[in-house]
Amino acid sequence: MLQLSRRYTSVWSFLAIVLIVIFLLSLCFGAIVIRPEEVFYSVRNYFSSNPLQLNERIFLDIRLPRAISCVFVGASLAMAGVLMQALFRNPIVEPGLVGTSSGAALGASLYFVLGATFKFNAGVWTLPLAASLGGALATLLVFFLSHRLDGRQSVISLLLTGIAVNAICLSGVGLMSYLARDPQARSITFWNLGTLSGSNWNTAIIVGLSALVCLIIALRFAKELNALAMGESEALHLGVHLGRLKISVIALTVVLVATATAFVGVISFVGLIVPHLLRLIKGSDNRYLLIGSALLGGTLLSLADLAARLMLAPAELPIGIVTSVVGVPVFIFLLRRNQHYL
Amino acid sequence: MPLRLDNLTVQINSRKLLDGISVVFEPGKMNLIIGPNGSGKSTLIKAASKQIAMSEGSVKYGQQEIDSLSYQQLAKFRAVLSQNTDVAFPLKVWEVVMLGRSPHFVSSPGSFDLHAVEEAMNYFDVSAMADRDYFTLSGGERQRVNFARVLAQVWFPHPGQMRYLLLDEPLTFLDVNYQYQFMHKLQKLAEKKDIVIVGVVHDLNLAARFGDQISLLNEGKILAHGSASEVLTKENIRKAFHIQPEIFQHNELVFISF
Repeated sequence: MLQLSRRYTSVWSFLAIVLIVIFLLSLCFGAIVIRPEEVFYSVRNYFSSNPLQLNERIFLDIRLPRAISCVFVGASLAMAGVLMQALFRNPIVEPGLVGTSSGAALGASLYFVLGATFKFNAGVWTLPLAASLGGALATLLVFFLSHRLDGRQSVISLLLTGIAVNAICLSGVGLMSYLARDPQARSITFWNLGTLSGSNWNTAIIVGLSALVCLIIALRFAKELNALAMGESEALHLGVHLGRLKISVIALTVVLVATATAFVGVISFVGLIVPHLLRLIKGSDNRYLLIGSALLGGTLLSLADLAARLMLAPAELPIGIVTSVVGVPVFIFLLRRNQHYL
Repeated sequence: MPLRLDNLTVQINSRKLLDGISVVFEPGKMNLIIGPNGSGKSTLIKAASKQIAMSEGSVKYGQQEIDSLSYQQLAKFRAVLSQNTDVAFPLKVWEVVMLGRSPHFVSSPGSFDLHAVEEAMNYFDVSAMADRDYFTLSGGERQRVNFARVLAQVWFPHPGQMRYLLLDEPLTFLDVNYQYQFMHKLQKLAEKKDIVIVGVVHDLNLAARFGDQISLLNEGKILAHGSASEVLTKENIRKAFHIQPEIFQHNELVFISF
């Protein structure tokens, strides 16, 4: 009897367990070690409104929201990677390469420097909004500039256009940080390198909501993205509405990447490495990849954040540097192995 | 409920790729399309499958105008085998075949779909490679897997609804054994009265041997239309292909040599 279906539950549960373990580790370790019983006391004291100890305060106000943000940021970036790769039919595409991250960073830094002048304000949503707008514009720019007349997408022109648009956006960010006064300039620099040190409960809630909502919507497109693996005309014959699919998937990636980037800055290569690892484990079904990448993305970014916090403790390294150090070799490896895709 | 093309015209810039094609493809028959390179065979398949827009005329699946059908509706009863299909990510053979079922399920395949995939793979003899990576297959093997995928898409009959199979050069990459095997299997499918089969072939002898109704295209127009002996005449072949054939008849079979 042929085995004609795949059960992903075991892989998903394994990834979920690993995620929980890494999450707990990232709660405990950092500049200050927080013991498990302190976690327990802090929660108890919080609800019984007893005065909190210093470590308990650190745990509740800093460590916990940061760990949660980290999981959701990693999940967002990895899911965006899966979506973009499926859409462009290429395993070496990544949100950082097609302008989304740098566009979001530009939008965010414009808001930080000029927001006060233009009285542009929408509460806690201002920053994600500005970043999403920047990310969306940059991505659409790359998408349309690299679109060939026959409707196909050449990966080379995509990557080259991505480089150009990234350069424009990053020089815009540079200009903004040149114009900015000290506290603003500092936050802009931090975005470029990526850091979770600024995350609080707002970050955790907003990024978490965006990740969960986008995951649920993205799963509805998994089947159509699978069909797209056979090419656009085959997908069409399999009943896929291509225009709607493309717009929806680009919108999803922009929201995912821009929201994450707005709070933690440019973190590259998570969207590249995670889907690749998952394909090695159990194939290319996008339903599996989306859920798997949410879990594994959260795990890997938590690990990277742990490393960023521990390597120079009590100071910390920008997390974008950690992911780039790991990601660049993987990217070059994939590029060399997949030369026939270019 | 045939597939009916009426005055089908496809014009790109000022060039007419198809020029007023009117033809009816009946169920229960092998409808084959032949013609020289650039005569519009692939364009005809693309226009008939809504992949490209037509400039004039109409395409009707039974009573339904193609413009009134969404891609999703079409995909439930009409499958298309295109030229040069490639896969962007590593997929197992059965996963490729399962893609053919995707118009029929919501998020993940059910037992009906598994059943169709299994039988379509058996039908085209690719069950043995079900677990292999599609990337590792040869051109001919891939082609057979794609047959299975396309057939899986329209595997189950729908009461009151014809099924349509449009095949653009299905015989590419196949050796002579598989070419004949495939044509025999297609002939068997054509015996089912609810399937309309339209195929583009290059080999005139294969067309002569298997075609119940042959359409010879030339410069975007139908040069001749009918049975093998009506269409494959010296005159027609010379006009379309600019080569002088020898034609032999033996027991109602037509053989062409150059």
